[in-house]
Amino acid sequence: MQSANPASIDEMRAIIEEHLGLEGPLLPILHSLQDTYGCIPEDSVGLMAEALNLTRAEVHGVITFYHDFRKAPAGRHVVKICRAEACQSMGGASLAEETLTKLGIDWHGTTKNGAVTVEPVYCLGLCACAPAMMVDKKVHGRLDRSRVDAILAEAGA
Amino acid sequence: MKVYISSDSAATAVGADDVAAALTKHAADKGIEIELKRIGSRGMAWLEPLVEVEIDGVRHGFGGVSPDDVAAVLDNSSDKALGPVDEIEWMKRQTRLTFARCGVIEPLNLDEYRAHGGLVGLTRATSLTGGEIVREVTDSGLRGRGGAGFPTGIKWKTVHDAVAPQKYIVCNADEGDSGTFADRMIMEGDPFSLIEGMAIAGLAVGATRGYVYLRSEYPDAIRVMNAALDIARREGVLGDSVMGSGRAFDMWVRVGAGAYVCGEETSLLNSLEGKRGTVRAKPPLPALEGFLGKPTVVNNVISLATVPVIMERGAQNYADFGIGRSRGTATLQVAGNVARGGLFETAFGMTLGELVNEIAGGTASGRPVKAVQVGGPLGAYMPLSKFDTPLGYEEFDKAGGLIGHAGLVVFDDTADMLQMARFAMEFCAVESCGKCTPCRIGATRGVETIDRIARGDEAAKVILADLCETMKDGSLCALGGFTPYPVMSAVTEFPDDFATAKEAAE
Ligand SMILES: Cc1cc2nc3c(=O)[nH]c(=O)nc-3n(C[C@H](O)[C@H](O)[C@H](O)COP(=O)(O)O)c2cc1C
Ligand code: SF4
Ligand code: FES
Ligand code: FES
Repeated sequence: MQSANPASIDEMRAIIEEHLGLEGPLLPILHSLQDTYGCIPEDSVGLMAEALNLTRAEVHGVITFYHDFRKAPAGRHVVKICRAEACQSMGGASLAEETLTKLGIDWHGTTKNGAVTVEPVYCLGLCACAPAMMVDKKVHGRLDRSRVDAILAEAGA
Repeated sequence: MKVYISSDSAATAVGADDVAAALTKHAADKGIEIELKRIGSRGMAWLEPLVEVEIDGVRHGFGGVSPDDVAAVLDNSSDKALGPVDEIEWMKRQTRLTFARCGVIEPLNLDEYRAHGGLVGLTRATSLTGGEIVREVTDSGLRGRGGAGFPTGIKWKTVHDAVAPQKYIVCNADEGDSGTFADRMIMEGDPFSLIEGMAIAGLAVGATRGYVYLRSEYPDAIRVMNAALDIARREGVLGDSVMGSGRAFDMWVRVGAGAYVCGEETSLLNSLEGKRGTVRAKPPLPALEGFLGKPTVVNNVISLATVPVIMERGAQNYADFGIGRSRGTATLQVAGNVARGGLFETAFGMTLGELVNEIAGGTASGRPVKAVQVGGPLGAYMPLSKFDTPLGYEEFDKAGGLIGHAGLVVFDDTADMLQMARFAMEFCAVESCGKCTPCRIGATRGVETIDRIARGDEAAKVILADLCETMKDGSLCALGGFTPYPVMSAVTEFPDDFATAKEAAE
């Protein structure tokens, strides 16, 4: 991760301060940072630690605990493919396998052209129309090979 | 002409927005006047996109509609016609209490919410003391719908009786269990029912603040809940004087960050406080030392969204449904390889077989049913021989299973139960909070051991059984403690899937 320039240090500080009135502000801050920068910038860790009276190690510990937070930005689109049981019962596992092979990446990988990062997800609450996936914030169910291909093509993968 | 299409993510995931757009366009082109209402889900996921057209005041359904069908739907010549929606077998056989409004009203229309019995329970609660509300919930027999089935009234009484300057209501909307979506459906389809339930909980125990810890995997539910909260605040349902009672309650959505274990209540509280989501040892109970160390009610979405019904109809009315110590209705989520999947609310007591074979119509693939995982990723795989088990907490416990959040995932005979057991261990390894060795390390060992069985190593079966015993005994929470249920039920009930691998290897 490159270090942010001074202007964005101020910006990050502003984002952090915006949430300081909340009870338990750290998760809302982290979400807000990631919404803004696509990841949790390394430089923000010290700022959060300072603002919340925590050690850098504690802040780090929180960031790394959660699957959602990234050290570096993802591809232009994040594709979350459900790996959980209901989707498996409808052939989701092989569909996911084929998709990764086709894209030439593994779980958490990003396609060469930077269009798509694929993440595993354990249930999207679409278990009655499995298999399912989510592209950014849009959900897709009853997937088969051709629908996945069409959705990925639309995402530029 | 009134036309209804769901905006629930299970509908939009299969094209409901495209159908809505096509309908609007067709109506405009042909000069047909329609009022298109986007509603929550009726729970009939297999019929989505479902379009309902009001004819003489009765809503008629059209199932599996595509954009090409809209002309025929509007002139009622479509072969996708289902007749009146309330007459569909799936709807007729239900007892819809918690989900009474879901799929019927517009999710963010507070007037419609009121017109369908909404806010009656909260209004009644404002005229009662906290103790009286707690009594009512206790008498209803309501047990937590999040998994553990703990009596809700007893939990509330502990918080009610605690003396503290600040108390909290925390709604567990982490819904991480695979095969479950009832929480999501209520939050997307009838968000005011959850808000009303939390406000009643606040009045009951003397809490003035509440949080909905909502998983980040549910962007639609987050959006709808936040919009509903704005409306509820504006309309005086929430705020300094709930329904003009002079008693305060307000609440906010907090978004999770993709950790299954944060559905465990103490892990959730840590996460809400901005910490790592590790599980806390109990005691202290969250009811006494919960969020920020203050007395806190932690309840599942469905538990809380059911409270308004209890307050509206009275405890006895609710308690009259059900069997044994399982009172009221179960909001069953039928999922996976089923012909008819969705949300089916019915009094406790229906058998597993009746639900899977009659209601769900068997598998989607048309092949024989092999197993049903009930209660999420920590629930046992139930074989056909247990299909006469009635859906009830004690009844399932006796059969070696659990109801959990009442999700059911059906598998056909192509399912490889060794792979499902392996997946259970893998999931536990990925999601472990890391606090207990049997869970953190044991689950990884479990994956390796199952791989050994797959390669034909008979001795590994004993090791797996031992490992499961260690995980059961040495885990602080149900992630490590219950993962052995799906694993060992697969081993015990489907021995062929663990034996054939050996034969093949020989
Ligand atoms: C690993 C784990 C995950 C859990 N996930 C959830 C969940 O997603 N939603 C939920 O309501 N309860 C979940 N629970 C149960 C909660 O710990 C707790 O029992 C529940 O929120 C209490 O509310 P209730 O009494 O209304 O069910 C989970 C428990 C464990 C051990
Ligand atoms: S059993 Fe697993 S998830 Fe639960 S507290 Fe122990 S390590 Fe954490
Ligand atoms: S198991 Fe895939 S959406 Fe629930
Ligand atoms: S859920 Fe009861 S001890 Fe962990």
